[in-house]
Amino acid sequence: MADFFRKLFGSKEITKPKVVDNATTAPLTDQQISSIIASQLPKYEIKQLISAVGQSVGKQREHNEDSVLALTSTIAGSSESIPFGLYIVADGMGGHQFGEVASNAAIRLIGGNITKKFHSFLYNMPSQALQESLQEVMETSIMDAHQFIQREAPGSGTTTTAALVLGQQITIGHVGDSRAYAVYLDGRIEPLTRDHSLVKRLEELGHLNKDEVENFPHRNVLIKALGQGETLEADIFTVPFPQNATLMICSDGLWGVINEKDIYRIISEAPNLHRACQQLVETANAAGGPDNITVILAQLIG
Amino acid sequence: METRRITSSFGSEGDGRSDTPRQQLTSGATLVNRYSIQDVIGVGGMGSVYRARDLHFPNVVKLVAVKEMINMAPDPLVRQTIVQNFEREANLLATLHHTSIPRIYDYFSHDDRSYLVLEYVLGKDLETVINDTNGFLPEDQVISWAIQLCDVLSYLHSQKPEPIIFRDMKPSNVMINHNGDVVLVDFGIAKTFQTGQKGTMIGTEGYSPPEQYRGEATPLADIYSLGAALHHAITRRDPRLEPPFSFAERPIRKINPNVSVEFEAVVNVALQYNPGDRFPNATAMKEALMNVARKTGTLSKIASALPVSVSGAGSIKPIWDFKCEDEIRGTPVVHQGVLYTGCYDNNLYAINAADGKFQWKYPSDGGIVSRPAIQDGNVFFGSEDQRLHAVSTRTGKVVWTYYTEGKLYSSPRISDGHIFFGSEDQDLHAINLQSGRMVWKFSTDAPIYSTPLIYNEMIYFGTESGSFYALDFRGTLKWRFSAKRGITSSPIIKGQAVYFASLDGTLYALDAKSGWAIWKFRLGKGSVSSPVLADDYIFVGAADGFIYCVDTRTAKEVWRFKTDNQVSSSPAIFKDSVYCGSVDNYMYCLEYRTGRLRWKFESHGPITGSPVVYDDIVYFGSTDHHVYALFA
Repeated sequence: MADFFRKLFGSKEITKPKVVDNATTAPLTDQQISSIIASQLPKYEIKQLISAVGQSVGKQREHNEDSVLALTSTIAGSSESIPFGLYIVADGMGGHQFGEVASNAAIRLIGGNITKKFHSFLYNMPSQALQESLQEVMETSIMDAHQFIQREAPGSGTTTTAALVLGQQITIGHVGDSRAYAVYLDGRIEPLTRDHSLVKRLEELGHLNKDEVENFPHRNVLIKALGQGETLEADIFTVPFPQNATLMICSDGLWGVINEKDIYRIISEAPNLHRACQQLVETANAAGGPDNITVILAQLIG
Repeated sequence: METRRITSSFGSEGDGRSDTPRQQLTSGATLVNRYSIQDVIGVGGMGSVYRARDLHFPNVVKLVAVKEMINMAPDPLVRQTIVQNFEREANLLATLHHTSIPRIYDYFSHDDRSYLVLEYVLGKDLETVINDTNGFLPEDQVISWAIQLCDVLSYLHSQKPEPIIFRDMKPSNVMINHNGDVVLVDFGIAKTFQTGQKGTMIGTEGYSPPEQYRGEATPLADIYSLGAALHHAITRRDPRLEPPFSFAERPIRKINPNVSVEFEAVVNVALQYNPGDRFPNATAMKEALMNVARKTGTLSKIASALPVSVSGAGSIKPIWDFKCEDEIRGTPVVHQGVLYTGCYDNNLYAINAADGKFQWKYPSDGGIVSRPAIQDGNVFFGSEDQRLHAVSTRTGKVVWTYYTEGKLYSSPRISDGHIFFGSEDQDLHAINLQSGRMVWKFSTDAPIYSTPLIYNEMIYFGTESGSFYALDFRGTLKWRFSAKRGITSSPIIKGQAVYFASLDGTLYALDAKSGWAIWKFRLGKGSVSSPVLADDYIFVGAADGFIYCVDTRTAKEVWRFKTDNQVSSSPAIFKDSVYCGSVDNYMYCLEYRTGRLRWKFESHGPITGSPVVYDDIVYFGSTDHHVYALFA
């Protein structure tokens, strides 16, 4: 930056000899370390958002109760372009055809609501700034879907994990036990969402240890689902798009079947995101494919 | 996903086998030539409950309750075991004598059904009472029932050789009889019939303690469930509709402010996750309730209910204080052992941070409220005399000054050899650090009191008209955002989100690159306070007198702390504390994760400036003309 100013204004930088008398060394404080790390973070640059989707009914189900939406675009502005992505995985339940109804409705209403809000931006029409915040848009969209399911498909429910990528932020709306992960290049896999399941709740409260979690008889009991309960409080939060990582959103037909090591291996070895999605689905099916499988992968590159 | 993944009550749709339709007895039917069925008074998962007349008493109408349990186990051996278990339990219950337990008169089994004949309780169950009541049940009433329930639990838990665990304490199992007294119905006996059933939904058991899911049934489990039932009764919030073990997220008095702090505390103790943290037994809980009922003594057992003991004002002695000649409304800075602060007596003071000794002062021609910035042996600050002053830290002599067309309240920021600050003249000025000459200025539509934030070659600041600008280093506009009222608050950035408060009473989070609003958090009133960040939390004060802590990811309030007047000061974080002044004259030190008060210190005037913490010492100025140094 100083270089830039020098170029711009031609002023010479005056370098002073550093005073090193009486200097003592001491370990850096946490604050200093974090500021150093912060200063080394990559600067803003134009990023490209890319994504891919994989889907399968699995090997043991007749119906596909998972629904999925993946939209990737760029909001091209006068000064710069902003990546836009909308990714939703919904895993319906409730038996008969109602599970599908619920998960379809989640995709349709949440996806529809959000794209409507961004319609004029996506189509490059002159537009007013959005009145609501991204989290408000996400929340009202989820509540709409929740009420619709209660009305139109009573008794059914669905998980929903929706990620709205705008610029370099992801705003996530989440209910149930579909998951969003950041899969880092270095092999770390960080869950971004928290399951709304009984087993997770008990684990968080410290009432189940790792083994008990594995063998818990009610692993598939949810404590929150879209369409279930009078009041629904979805988890809504915004995090920076993980650096040097792939965003993965999937249903339990994937994360319940393939372990994290394999997920990382498949993503890192695949030549591109589409192949990675395909490979993830194939691996889940090869492991028995007990449930519907849905996966979305997205990266910010550049 | 499987169909049984359901969250709310699902009814009893049976076990999937349709070949054994469960028939109810009809009125007029007679069981074992003795019990004439009159009506169905309840339907449970295992069968029905009937009101029946005991024909052994032909001259009076003796009513009994007949509870029917259908044995659905397909395997004959299992069926036999179930019947044996049932009879053993029935024998056990028949020995109990307590006013709150219905008498057991008889039991018998035939075919696939077993029956228990009990005292008929005339009344309503507590769930119905809750639902039929408009508004909240009176606290006194709930407490008196709670005491009776503790009594009966004590009785059950003290049975020999084994304590009897009720296991299913919930409002629908508590009858309120015609005298208004409680009677426990539906003992766990029916549970023996549930063995072997697969896929039972337990996601709705809002009253059960966490350990019950591990199969542990202890007296402390009953205490928890009683707490849950009382929570439901006093708040009208049905725990079966909420996530399990989420009572702590629904504080009683937040829902029903009429409830006493003491009663809330008792319920909270009963609802502790960890069994060891609950009342040790029902008798102890009863005593606590009795104390509440008497509204006398303190609840000594309940540590969490005790107000935090606060070191009283006066007990905190400043390390030093330093008197200026007028109000200090701004924020000091500490650099190499020297504290620099502006004052409304027009001077910038340099004070030894260790002992509060005066070093020098430099007079400007107006009040100084901006926070000084220090670089390369010079201290830079704005004044109401419309100038930015560069003064040598060593000598206190002026190096250069720079004129704007308005008063300076915005504090200077230094980055890459340049100083950035706003002015009342509506311009953001970028000047050369060495020469004090202007490099560029950016014109806005209103005075700028907000201090610019420099990050990643971008400059962020607000104006008094409510515009928020993002400029690049050339001074070109990248984006602009509009709040509804002025933005005096200075922005802060983390994770590519920029945060600031506005006089419109909102704390904003915007995407730093594009200016899209990520979230908005409503404050009680407008705010001029600049937020600070720690972990995933953001802290800010507001004119409603609160210091807020908000989660930056979810925009949910973590806690708020009430002071007695506006909070214009910006909080400061040091270690695990947040420090913030208030117009109520106090400097507060709070535990930043909980908002718990650690200490407070009273100055003799409103504190509008922000504290700075350096080497375990907190420094701040007050409108009482003093600078204070306190141990953090």
